[in-house]
Amino acid sequence: MSDATPKAEGGLLGWVDARFPLTKMWNEHIAEYYAPKNFNIWYYFGSLALFVLVNQLLTGIWLTMNYNPSADGAFASVEYIMRDVEWGWLIRYMHSTGASAFFVVVYLHMFRALLYGSYQKPRELIWIFGMIIYLMLMAEAFMGYLLPWGQMSYWGAQVIISLFGAIPGVGEQLALWIRGDFNISGVTLNRFFALHVVALPLALVGLVVFHILALHEVGSNNPDGVNIKEHKDKSGKPKDGIPFHPYYTVKDTFGLGVFLIFFSAVVFFAPEMGGMFLEPPNFEPANPLQTPEHIAPVWYFTAFYSILRAIPDKFGGVLAMGSAIFLLFLLPWIDRGRVRSVRYRGLGHKVALGLFAAAFVALSYLGLQAPSDLILGLTVTAWAQIWTVVYFGFFAFLFAYTAFGFERTKPVPERVTD
Amino acid sequence: MRNIALGLILGFFSGVSLAAGGGGDLMDAKVDVSDQSSLQRGAKLFANNCMGCHSAEYVRWNALPEGLGVPMETVEASLVYGSYTPGDKMNIAMRGSEASDWFGAEPPDLSLTARSRGADWVYTYLNSFYRDPDASIGWNNTLLENSSMPHVLWRLQGVPEAQYEEVGGELQTAGISVPDSQRGPLSESEYHQATRDITNYMAFLAEPIRAKRQQIGMWVIGFLVIFTGLAYLMKREYWRDIH
Amino acid sequence: MSQEGASNSRRRFLTGAVAVVGGVGAAYTAVPFLAYWNPSATTRAAGAPVEVDTSTLEPGQRMNISWRGQPVWVIRRSEAALEALPTLEASLADPDSAVASQQPTYAQNTHRSIDPEFLVVVPICTHLGCIPSYMPKAGSLDADWKGGFFCPCHGSKFDLAGRVYAGVPAPTNLVVPPHRVAENGLLVVGEDDEEAA
Repeated sequence: MSDATPKAEGGLLGWVDARFPLTKMWNEHIAEYYAPKNFNIWYYFGSLALFVLVNQLLTGIWLTMNYNPSADGAFASVEYIMRDVEWGWLIRYMHSTGASAFFVVVYLHMFRALLYGSYQKPRELIWIFGMIIYLMLMAEAFMGYLLPWGQMSYWGAQVIISLFGAIPGVGEQLALWIRGDFNISGVTLNRFFALHVVALPLALVGLVVFHILALHEVGSNNPDGVNIKEHKDKSGKPKDGIPFHPYYTVKDTFGLGVFLIFFSAVVFFAPEMGGMFLEPPNFEPANPLQTPEHIAPVWYFTAFYSILRAIPDKFGGVLAMGSAIFLLFLLPWIDRGRVRSVRYRGLGHKVALGLFAAAFVALSYLGLQAPSDLILGLTVTAWAQIWTVVYFGFFAFLFAYTAFGFERTKPVPERVTD
Repeated sequence: MRNIALGLILGFFSGVSLAAGGGGDLMDAKVDVSDQSSLQRGAKLFANNCMGCHSAEYVRWNALPEGLGVPMETVEASLVYGSYTPGDKMNIAMRGSEASDWFGAEPPDLSLTARSRGADWVYTYLNSFYRDPDASIGWNNTLLENSSMPHVLWRLQGVPEAQYEEVGGELQTAGISVPDSQRGPLSESEYHQATRDITNYMAFLAEPIRAKRQQIGMWVIGFLVIFTGLAYLMKREYWRDIH
Repeated sequence: MSQEGASNSRRRFLTGAVAVVGGVGAAYTAVPFLAYWNPSATTRAAGAPVEVDTSTLEPGQRMNISWRGQPVWVIRRSEAALEALPTLEASLADPDSAVASQQPTYAQNTHRSIDPEFLVVVPICTHLGCIPSYMPKAGSLDADWKGGFFCPCHGSKFDLAGRVYAGVPAPTNLVVPPHRVAENGLLVVGEDDEEAA
């Protein structure tokens, strides 16, 4: 103690810094993390995903205080929260809207990576971590959806678990092991509750930390795909970089405001979102003896559900659905191009990417319809088959286009534009 | 790039509206849970006509004063039959097992029907009953074929008959109408209003907080617009440094 | 490079404005999360006042009911018990029920109730929470005993108005819950006369 009366803050901070890398972490990851200065609208969705994660954690913990994870009590406990617990309705709607918002944000976040080649070397691991997060998010959402124990909860879970049953040989045993019972029951509900509330959130938070650490190790990509570390000024800072704080903390605050306006509009004026976020059959308690007219997963799964249904063979459908997700993992190695951003890539790539996005949207829409419905003369199944070909075609095309030198790229600038 | 984003968002939302459209054959209930006089009329009709067989087990009687704009004493006096303890839920005396014996099916609890089937469905259902001599209960419903529920509201509407049309060589029901000789005390528009009131009330039962959440929502969005505006100004100010 | 002076003060102002408005927003957002912990409608219904028919109680008899998860005893005191109450003052720690938190104002009297004949009391010893034994008979505990409650855990003693004896571990009189007599003669535990409409 050399100072007689050190300023409380400086002294306290110094005391902490001598024992914990607080200022070091603040500098390395926020105040002196140099990010490219040309981030555009597509770059909001990472921080928004983090916000939604915190929202889900907080509202989820609060819901757990009043939720009853038993087959007899679950449905009634949700109505209890909605009606009898002060502000329970708001916490519930924030959680259900947040679940859908999570996927909107994550899909846009992923699409940014496709647009600007953020999955390419040296960022393959960030992409892998991200894909693992995406898988876990799907599992988290799937398990969470069983918890209200409504008709759609029960029957949606029945359908998805039976997919595991389709795996030859081990399928039935696997489905029995997942369920813990001969049919979906309170046993299944209770274990899904444990996984949804404790196990997966812990794993998600850990993976998000890894995801961000991997990003900071390499540095952020940008809409031009230019490596800003190649041009540094005298003090070693990238010329096209700006410190994350205050520039991006300030910009992300604005982004958060815009997001919250949309989010609140849904929470307060359309929490059911026309039956997409809260599905009407789920306002009836689960009845193992009666199937709803129309079983569909929640909208964020319907693209893959479409692909599953498009293949006539049950196991074939499961394989197709699995491949659709697995191929995304392999993207850094399927895309052999060395130019990152769509701005400078060949026309073929632009078209393929546009078609891929269209396929995902179309498949998502088709997954919400009954298979035999007719659209412009073709059945939903037929359309799903067409768009499934487009979806997988993207990967095949991208590989051929880039591995065999068909792509003609434009010259990539040395420094960022705009 | 902007166009891709725009296209995705528009595609998503158009998907929403198409998915929500559904059959399109349902009557439009025009639910308005802030119309308290409608809710009050609906509450009376519901208590008198529906609660003999149907419970609303998730709703407490003391949720009505705020939503309907009536004091609790009025609720107790004119809507609650039987003894009342503060905090009671809208349970009924008839037991499900008895009802199954008498009607062939247990009359479902109606707390959430306006959400699980939709308000338009409820409104249409109440307007789709017709006399059916072939049915064991003497009634049928064009929306829910072979429904076990008799037409309780015939005392208001009168006795409707089915209208038929030929579809692919078969006779199918295509709606109902009440012959003049079988009219009840309410005219067609009065009956529509009454069933609309019941539907409105059931929409309230399904989500009592709805009117209030919309009110709060206005303030929240208003606040957020101010916050976001300020945040934008702050961002712009800091970013003057860049370039 | 940022310019000094004007733009810096604008920066500070806007940062401050966003911080204040954001802080207000955060505070408003916190309210639902905090209020969520309040007793729910179910809890409040379960904690609603309980109606008791005291017409069947004989003198010296005790009725045991539950209110808000707590036991409540309704006791019809005998003539002898009532006459003995004022004589005990010297042995009591708080004979006038000066500690206001232990009873409503209308129970701040010798018999600690509305109607002297009926005692409404929460039989939870004010020492460490055991349930005392009801010993209404004079002489049943010792020769001087005029009737009351004896807590077997640590030996605290209370008279038949729930007033604590001096020199025992319990510090205060037994709690008298809010109660009133309804028009139909029923005792209502859990409600004062002012609260009931």
